[in-house]
Formats: sequence, C-alpha cells, structure tokens
Amino acid sequence: MATQPEILTKSFELGYTYTRSTGPLIGRFLTGLRERRIHGVRASDGRVIVPPAEYDPQTAAALDELVPVADTGTVTTWCWVCEPLAHHLLPHPFAFALVRLDGADVPLLHLVDAGDETAMRTGMRVRARWSDDPRGSITDIACFEPV
Amino acid sequence: MSDAREPVTGIEVPINLKYEFTAGAALARFLSSIREGRIVGQRCPGCSSVYVPPRGSCSRCGIATEEEVEVSDRGVIESFTIVHIPLPGNPVKPPFIAANILLDGTDMACLHLVSEVPTERVVVGMRVQAVWKPREEWGYTFENIAWFKPVEGA
Amino acid sequence: MREAAIVGYVQGPQRRYAGAANESELIMPVVGEVMRQTGVTMQDIDFTCSGSCDYLQGAAFAFVEGLSALATVPPIKESHVEMDAAWALYEALLKIWTGDADVCLVYGFGKSSPGELRSVLTLQLDPYYHVPLWPDSVSMAALQARALLDSGAASERDLAEVVARSRVNALANPNAQLKGRPTVEQLLAEPAFVSPLRRHDCAPITDGASAMIVASGDAARRLCARPAWIRGIDHRMETGILGARDLTRSPSARLAAERAGVARGRVDLVELHAPFSHQEIILRRELGLANEVPVNLSGGALAANAMMVAGFDRIGYVAGCILEGKADRGVAHATSGHCLQQNLVAVLEA
Repeated sequence: MATQPEILTKSFELGYTYTRSTGPLIGRFLTGLRERRIHGVRASDGRVIVPPAEYDPQTAAALDELVPVADTGTVTTWCWVCEPLAHHLLPHPFAFALVRLDGADVPLLHLVDAGDETAMRTGMRVRARWSDDPRGSITDIACFEPV
Repeated sequence: MSDAREPVTGIEVPINLKYEFTAGAALARFLSSIREGRIVGQRCPGCSSVYVPPRGSCSRCGIATEEEVEVSDRGVIESFTIVHIPLPGNPVKPPFIAANILLDGTDMACLHLVSEVPTERVVVGMRVQAVWKPREEWGYTFENIAWFKPVEGA
Repeated sequence: MREAAIVGYVQGPQRRYAGAANESELIMPVVGEVMRQTGVTMQDIDFTCSGSCDYLQGAAFAFVEGLSALATVPPIKESHVEMDAAWALYEALLKIWTGDADVCLVYGFGKSSPGELRSVLTLQLDPYYHVPLWPDSVSMAALQARALLDSGAASERDLAEVVARSRVNALANPNAQLKGRPTVEQLLAEPAFVSPLRRHDCAPITDGASAMIVASGDAARRLCARPAWIRGIDHRMETGILGARDLTRSPSARLAAERAGVARGRVDLVELHAPFSHQEIILRRELGLANEVPVNLSGGALAANAMMVAGFDRIGYVAGCILEGKADRGVAHATSGHCLQQNLVAVLEA
C-alpha cells in the first residue's frame, strides 16, 4: 500500500424515539409517580421492591401487590460524578445512589443533588425532590436531596 | 392529590447518541480520489475482481484488496427500478430511476441514479455515462456524479 | 460430551483510536493471521461466530458489515452474539458438542472511539427505571466500588495495588495499551474521576479485534501439537434489579467457577475480566484462588479493553500460554453487563 489514507470522519446523531408500552404493573407505578406517590411491589419472600419488579427475582412468579412507600429513605451506596456528561440530568456535580426508601427492602437507583461530595455519606437520609411537571416517568422524581 | 388523566400505559424514552463515523481506509481512498474527479477501485490479489466502491476486502476470497485501479466513468445498467414514492430525507424527487451500474473494468455493480432519459426507455444492458457536477461542487462523495445518462450514439 | 480445544488465537493491536480503519479492516488482519498460523482455510471452517455491539458504531446490524472481512462465497454457516465474544466461543462450543461442527472460527471486534462509550453502555440497562436517569458505566461501577469499600473487604490502597500490578504486567504484553511502573502512592495521589474511582481504576477505551480457531478432539490434534483443551466452561447471570443484588459479591461468578471445575486441579495462571480495579478483588474472592496464583499476567482489561473482545481476550491469553507451553492449566473469566452482572468461567488444560 502506497500511502496512509486520509482519515475521513463525519459526525452524526443517532436518535431512537420509541414509545414503550409499560405493561400493567409498571404503568400503575408510573401513574402513582405522576400523583407524587411511590409504590413498591411485595415479592414472594415478603420483601418490598422499589421500583416494582414485574416478576419475582427468586421464583419468577408474576407480582402485582403494590405497597405504598415513603419518599424519604437511606443511601446504601453512592458515587460522586465530578464532571457530568451531556446526558446527565443535572448540569453540576451530583451523586448517583442506591436509596432504600422507608417501607422498602430493595433500594432504587437515582440521583442525589447534595451540592458537594463532602455532604454525601453512606447511611445518610434523603428525600425525593419532585418534578414541577410530573408526567408518569421515573424522572418525576427529579432527584433526591439530603434531609 | 388526585389526577383525572388516563393511567400511564406508555413512556417516551428518547435516546440520542452522538458519533464520529470513520469511513474506513478503503472507502477513504475512494472518496479522496472521487474528490479529484477520478473513480478508483481496488483489485483482489486472489481472483482479480475489481470493486467500486471498495470495501477493502474481497468477499469471495476473504483477503484484503490493496491494489488501486482507476476505472472508467462509463458502464452498463445491470438492473434498475423506477421509484415513485418520496423517500424521507432524500432530496431527489420521484419519479426517479435507481440503477445498479457495472462500470467498465469492474466486477461488482454500484448503485446510482439514471436521468436524462424517459423512464419507459430505460432497459437492462443500456450503456450509460457519468454526468459530473461542476468541479467547484466536488467533495468527498459519490454525489460528485449527479447521475448517469445514456451514452450518446450507443 | 465431545472434546474441544483452542488451537489458535491472535489479538490485534489495542489502541485508543484505530484511525481510518473500520471494523472489517480491524477484523481482517486477525482472522487472516489465525488462519495462517493454524493452516485452516475458510473451506475447513464449519461454523463462524462473532461478538460485537452495534451501538458502539451507531448502526443497526453493523455486525453484518464485519462479515466483509471473511470469504463468504460459497455461503458460510454463521452466527453473532451482541455480547462479548467469549459468549460467541460458547456458541461455537455448542456446535462442536452437538456434533454439528469440527472446526470453528470465533472473533470479536469493538471500535468504541466513534461514540461516547460511557453513555452507549447505559443502553444495557432497564429502559423504564434506569435509562431515563442516564447512569453511565463508570458511575455504575463506582456504586459497586463504594459498596465494596464500605464493607471493609477492600481499601482504596488495594484498588491502587491492582492497577499498579496491571501496569507492570502489561510491560511484557506488546499489545497492551496502558503500561508502566506507577507506585501505589502515585496512584493514590491522583484525583477522583467518579468517586471513589480514579481514572486509572477504570479500563481504557480501546479499539481492537481478536480471532480464535476452536476445534473438536480429532481435528484439534490434527491442527495443533499442543491444543488448549477446554475442560470446563459455564456462564451465569444475575437479576437486572440492581438493588436486589449484593454488589460486593458475585454469586454468578462463583457458581460458574464451581461448574467449570476451577478447583479440580492446580491453577498456573488466571485471567480475570475486570474492567474496574475493584472487580478483580471481588472476582478473586469468588473464584477461591490461592494468593500465589498469578492473576492477569497480560495486564488484563485495565491494560486494554476493546468492548465485546476483552473477555474473549482473557480466554485467548490463557490459551496462548498453554499453546506455547508456558502453562499446563489456566482459568479465564469474562464478564458482560454492568457491575459483573453476567459471568463466564473457562478452565483450559494442556
């Protein structure tokens, strides 16, 4: 081969704008979020899973018993995003965290807007900050914030 | 707080990802040549087939194609279709003729447009030649050839 | 069950940016080289299987373009997994075990440089509950790292020691992307990336491809003086409900290792697919490895991590050591998904 070829590149944006069917259980959970209420589902071993699993993680049985849980909870693990990416929902440094809501046994993944990493610790108490315009999405909880 | 709206049955989760596409070495060579008004393919060292545009490999032999071969901008229609419906994002207005054109000196047809001919006169086997856009409009694209038209007097 | 062995393996250059080369141009040299080394031609190959991820290059069915690198006239029997190519190897083994194939070509390729890998990998997550929040791959791993540190099973110094050892081991690996002799103190002095992880705790972004020939018993003996026999292989997956998992443990890796028979003999070397330093600590514990067993002599995924290839490369590296007579029995591990959700363990013997 004679010479190295030029490197020819072109930017493009790939967009998938699908509407996903929620199915009955996730639909009920998201309808609740739109009303600023959080539900978990009771699993076969009695544990409350938030957000609700459609099928039992142990037995694979279909689950449908929704249980109200609080919008306050405890951080079980977290990380601090020093430099948010374009996709991230907060433009400033924040935490991703697993939050075990009061009344739930299985923690959910969400964001914590704590201002500074020094405000974060495992075991801290947090409360949901609701979106001004809830529309039936996990992002109706805009994020959690320290209590 | 109650809500009179219908229960949620669907969610929109738009996913947008940004990419920097890279043409690939073989295609980059082809595009660099066509920017200069030359059609350059690659010859397989195994079966001697010439591919335009080149993919950098021969799918018959499974080996790299590296020898560059400049070919003619004339060829023959191997198959064609007359498109009557507009395609989203396609600036070409229907009806138009899309054809597989086997350029002289090549062994695999390439897809391009055929124009300057009434649609009912297009036939398989028709000799065609490239109609190049004005030189100042040339870029790294096969669209430097606006379309193919029947070879006059053929 | 029919015997099966790896008779050849070639890894291509591992680079941050492969430049003009597209996916099929990355595949062609490694496929060509592994066929040259083993003396196998396309006519000898009964089944071809590859592993890759279309989202890396942002084109649906992009893996089909990868086939441009192969001779497909006359048509070949072919399959693909949208996973690490370690699972493509597993599919090829199924073909051999069932008697449907004797000689298989397996390859993996990943060119991550065109997109933003951390966000591309978000698409592996639950589309209702997780994707709308855009947790990226590094943040997911950092949640796991924090859980491990909080549990007391590892310290930040332990993580830095994993990185320091990877960098030194990679000095002997000509294909490695990151190598050197950093001290643990130097590493600990680096700032946080996604806390508690530092940049060096995370595998680099890599463009690369690898290929392998795997064959049934008689074919393997014919093709190779010292095949790397696959004596056990198993893969297991955990729930996608992140909160339902104990992130400090990997029961799937433990079970896969048990079923693959890791403990049934001496282990000369282990390659663990740990794209984040803390994951090597988790995996060591689950595989029940003795302290003196060398881990990731190649440098592991922290030295080069072509997506959908790096797990396959762990198997390839162990196979290479056996083929070259440097080891008699080795263990290789591959992972897929976030936080070690899915794990494959293979035991290879001379």
